[in-house]
This record gives sequence, C-alpha cells and structure tokens, in this order.
Amino acid sequence: MTFDLALPSGLLGAVAPELILIVGAMALTLLAAWRPETDAHQRSVGKAALWLLALTAAAVVMYAARGASAAAPGIIAVDGFRWAADLVFLAAAAATIALGIESNPKDRFVTAESHVLVLLSAVGMMILAAARDLMIVFLGIETMSIAVYVLAAMDRRSVRAAEGALKYFLLGAFASAFLLYGIALVYGATGSTNLAVIGETIARFGLTGHTMISIGIAMLLVGFGFKVAAVPFHMWAPDVYEAAPAPITAFMAVAVKAGAFAALLRVWIESLSMMDAAWLAPVWWVAVATMVVGNLIALSQRNVKRLLAYSSIVHAGYLLVAVAAGTSLGTSAFLFYIVAYTLANFGAFAVVAALGEPGTTGPAIPDFEGLWSTRPWLAVGFGVCMLALLGLPVFGGAGFFAKWYVLQAAVTSPHGLVLLAVILVLTSVVSAGYYLDLVRAMFMRPRPEGARNPAVPPYTRVVLVTSVALLLAIGLFPGALATWARKNAAVTPSAARSPFAQGR
Amino acid sequence: MNEFYPLVYTFHFYLFGLVALAAAIVFVTRKSPVAAALWLVVVMTSLAALYVMLDAEFVAVIQVLVYAGAIMVVFLFIVMLLNLGTLSELGEIRGKWGRIAAALVGLALVAELAALSRAAYSLRVTVPARSGPEAIAETGGVIGSIAAPMFRDYLLAFELTSVLLLVAIIGSVVLARKRSEHDAG
Repeated sequence: MTFDLALPSGLLGAVAPELILIVGAMALTLLAAWRPETDAHQRSVGKAALWLLALTAAAVVMYAARGASAAAPGIIAVDGFRWAADLVFLAAAAATIALGIESNPKDRFVTAESHVLVLLSAVGMMILAAARDLMIVFLGIETMSIAVYVLAAMDRRSVRAAEGALKYFLLGAFASAFLLYGIALVYGATGSTNLAVIGETIARFGLTGHTMISIGIAMLLVGFGFKVAAVPFHMWAPDVYEAAPAPITAFMAVAVKAGAFAALLRVWIESLSMMDAAWLAPVWWVAVATMVVGNLIALSQRNVKRLLAYSSIVHAGYLLVAVAAGTSLGTSAFLFYIVAYTLANFGAFAVVAALGEPGTTGPAIPDFEGLWSTRPWLAVGFGVCMLALLGLPVFGGAGFFAKWYVLQAAVTSPHGLVLLAVILVLTSVVSAGYYLDLVRAMFMRPRPEGARNPAVPPYTRVVLVTSVALLLAIGLFPGALATWARKNAAVTPSAARSPFAQGR
Repeated sequence: MNEFYPLVYTFHFYLFGLVALAAAIVFVTRKSPVAAALWLVVVMTSLAALYVMLDAEFVAVIQVLVYAGAIMVVFLFIVMLLNLGTLSELGEIRGKWGRIAAALVGLALVAELAALSRAAYSLRVTVPARSGPEAIAETGGVIGSIAAPMFRDYLLAFELTSVLLLVAIIGSVVLARKRSEHDAG
C-alpha cells in the first residue's frame, strides 16, 4: 500500500488506525455519559475500550504486514517504526485499562471517562510516533499530555493527587512553552517545520554551526526532557507518580515516556543528525545525570510507587544513550527496550495495584516482606519484573537483552560513546541496590503479623501473567524480537536521503 | 494616497506599538486579576490595529473576536468563578528571588533576540518579493492565503487540533463534574 499524502484520500488512508481509535473513543465518550456512574457501567465501558484497542491494533498489524508506505516524505511518516511503536502504545493502554477496571474500590478514581481519556492519550502517542513535522509533534505531545494531566487528578478526594496533578500540569505547560520556542527557532533558521526539509536545509546550506538552530535544539531538548522526566527536568515525576493511582502511574511511566521518546528519536535522527555537534554533549550529560542521580535517589526510597518512579527516571537515562547513538542500531535498541520496559513495568505495577490499600499512596517495602510465603506466584512475578528492570540475564528475561542492545548501539556508534556505555553498566550495578532489596524482602524475610494478603482479581492476573511470560519467553528467544526491532528501525538519517526519494 | 501617507503610517505604527507595550507592562504589574485582564484587552486591541496596518484585516478581526472577545470573557468568568478578584495577597507569591530570576530570563531573551536580529543570518524563510494589497490579492486574498495552507498543506494538523480541543473539553468536564459530586456526597 502506498499513500499519496498530498491528496486528502491518501492522508485519510495513512491515518486510518488513528481514526479508528479517535472515532471509537468519541463513541465511548457518549456511551460513558449515557448511564449513571456505577461500577458496572465503568466495567462495560472499559471492556468496550479493550475491544476498541484490539481493533486498532489489528489495523496497525494489517498496515505493517502489507508494508504501507508514503509516496513522498510528507507531514506524517508511514513506516515500520511508527507501526512498531504504535503496537507498544496500544498494549500499554490496554494494560492500563485492564488494571484500571479492577482498581475501582481501592483507588476510587476509575469512572467510565477515565478509560476514554486513556484511549485519547494513546491517540496522542500514535500521532507522536507518526509525526514528521514539528507542528504534528507538538499537537501529539499536547493531546497525550492533557489527557494524562486529567487522569492524574481523577481522585478528587485526595489532596496529594490534586497537588501532584497541578505540579504536573504547570511544569508540563512550562515544558510545552520550551518546546514551542525551540520549534519556532528551528523554523526561523530553516524556514520549515517539516523534519525532512529541515534536515535537507541544514545539509544543503551547511547550517551545522548555526547558533539559532543550536539554541532551538537546546530548547527542544529541555521540552522533551520534561516529558520523559530526565534529570534535571525530573522534579515533578516522583510526586506525580506517587500520588496517582497505580494503573495511571504505570501508564505515565511507560507509555507517555515511550511516546515522547519516539518523537524525540525521529526528530533527532531524521532532521538533526547533521547537527550532532550541537546536541551530542547536552544529550550525553543529561543521560549521565539521569542515570547517576536517578539511581542514587532511588536507593533511599521506601514507597514502592515512588521507587518505581525513580526507576523510570533511570530508564529514561538508559534510553537517552540509545538516542545519543544516533544510528539505526540505536533506534532498533530503543524499540526492543520499550517492549521489555513496558512488560516489566506493567508486571510490577499489576502487583503494586493488587497490594495497594485504600486511602494510601501505594504499598511500601514492608508490604512486600515475606510475600513468597503467602503469595508465592505474586512474589515470583514481581521478582522477574524487578530482575528484568535490573537487566539480569536469564531470570530477568528480556531486560538483559534490552540493555545489551543499547550498549551495543552505544559502543558501535560513530559518536564514540564507550564512556557512556561504561557509566550505563556501573549505574545498573547501583540499581541492583534497590531492585534486589525488594526481591530479598519478598523471599528472605518473614511475613509480618497482620499483613494483608489481598486476592488478585482476574484482569490484573492476566496482565501480570502475560507480562512475565512474555519477558521470560523473549529472554529465552530474543532473536525474533530483535529481528522485528531491526526491521522496523529504518528511520533514515537525513544526510542519507534525497528530498525527492520515493518511499523509503 | 497623499504625500503624508508614510508619515501618518509611521505615526500610527508607533502609537499602537507604544500603547501595546505600555498596556502590557501595566498588565503584568496589576495585582487585581480583573484589572490585569482588562489591560490585556487593550494590548490585544492595539495588536489588532497593527494587523490592520499590515493589510491583514481578517487576522485583525479574528484577533478582536477571539482574543480580545471570547478568550478574555472566559478568563474573566474563571476569575469570577474562582473568586480571585478579591485576593490581595496574590502579589506575594512573587518574591524577591522570583523577580530577579524572571528579570534575568527576560534579559537573556532580549539579548538573544537582539543578537539574532543583528547577526547577518541568511534566513530561509521565503519572503514574498512584493508586498501590499496587490500581492495579497494575487495569492487568494487575506482569507485565501490563510485558508490554503490551513486546509491543504496542514489539513492534518488542523484536524488534530480539534482532537486536542476535544480532549481538553472532556478532561475539564470530567474534573468539574467529579468535584460537584464530591461536594454533594
């Protein structure tokens, strides 16, 4: 399938999966408002949302299988990278809704509308993965973020949630302003917001040392840095993640981050790969700061949701290493990484959601002590997820290979990132301090008196079992996923492409 | 067009420009949100006058209708709903360090813009060779030259903006309704 993006019909065909999700989400909005707010109604809307996500995923798979492409580089990309990232976003949204359906009596936040907001946020992420124009990047980021701001504030009875959501909203608006200013400066210097044209202009007129673009890139980096919670733009993340309900925290830590990274990678590789002199040093330092600071603060956390928040900051640092590599190997490492990271986080948050108690901000480390003796499968599942986040071979499943490919991309990168790879390995060793501490608490301590052993509801169980099974399966047979990631990594660097090349 | 036209034009440019600048400074220094909002209306209207002088009447009308009209009304509504009009301690959130930081950022911005405009950059923006009413009419008039990119080149962006606004509307309704329900229960 080849789409001519200059024609409305071609454009319509190229965004069909997004359209399915948008129209479906609108229909579900009506359905959600149709009946009074009850738990049964919330469940039926949530199930309908899961079917809608499955339908959208089917459309994405169909497009990917048929090798859909664009006749000429246009305002959106029609390529494997987009479909691959879309599938991760859709899976994350589905896991969020599945966990959300059952967290109602506990977190008191889930209404039928919250499922709709998750869907609309996923639309924003799909737009981000497709965006080939800075304007579309901005619209995608805003669509994704605004829905998530509201999701973070859903629990109106919690002062902490309101505080966290307000912080998130204000800093997010601040980040958007930086992003817009960066876009304006890049536009001012190159006369276009289209990624391909920007790259082409930089190459043709030799603008690599251009001050205006360099300042623009710095602003873009600040904006994206806020969205992916990279140090020093991470201040909002722990408070917001701790206060939000567990499914929403998982969604923010996984999907929002992956969405922002997908756009960041495309912008960096498709239009700014010639400008690496301007962005390499800032990205390098942000990655180092994120890995070091995130890991050190995570060591002292007691609340598991807050700990996982710092862990997600740390993983943003690892992903920045893949961005700094700036090659297609980095892009494929990114795809592999977000799959493993999504699985490990949703597995972990399924357990956190199951162990959470009403009126608290989620379980602390003592709540996990001795879990092995009362809920052995829960302990094993959570343990595998922790080891995957740590990147341990075999027991950590896909997590090891995810880090391995990022390291490989860093070492083979023309930017000479060996030192960055060494720092990645060293900080991973530090992260064992908190990941293994949780594992030790579960397996080697007695269960405290009076500790609750809540039953795990069915959807949560499905999310946990699927995540852990996939993690272990990919860990044993990483070849298939690695091939898939490599095949879909072809985000062409701007230098290697003629502006009038047909397709890709 | 008489011989005084350039002089009259320059006079009006500086008149509206200075009014806009002065009103903007007054706007950010007011403590009462209502007074600040009203000064913002003055800024918007002066800018609309500048747009008219640039032969962009449509943009000027939209500026008055949307910014000076609709958005300011919503702004005042929110101020009244939240009852911010009577709070005099609002000014105290801007402490000494906040002011200094803001001044530094502002100075950095001015310095940057000055440096960028002074340096001889070969801008890639396609500036039309001719300007004025005739050139605008050739490209489809004031409305046509806005409509063509909006509904042709950036059709997708335009439609996505409506999705973005829909998300914002759903979000605000969800949050507002939750609170009233909580107050009742």
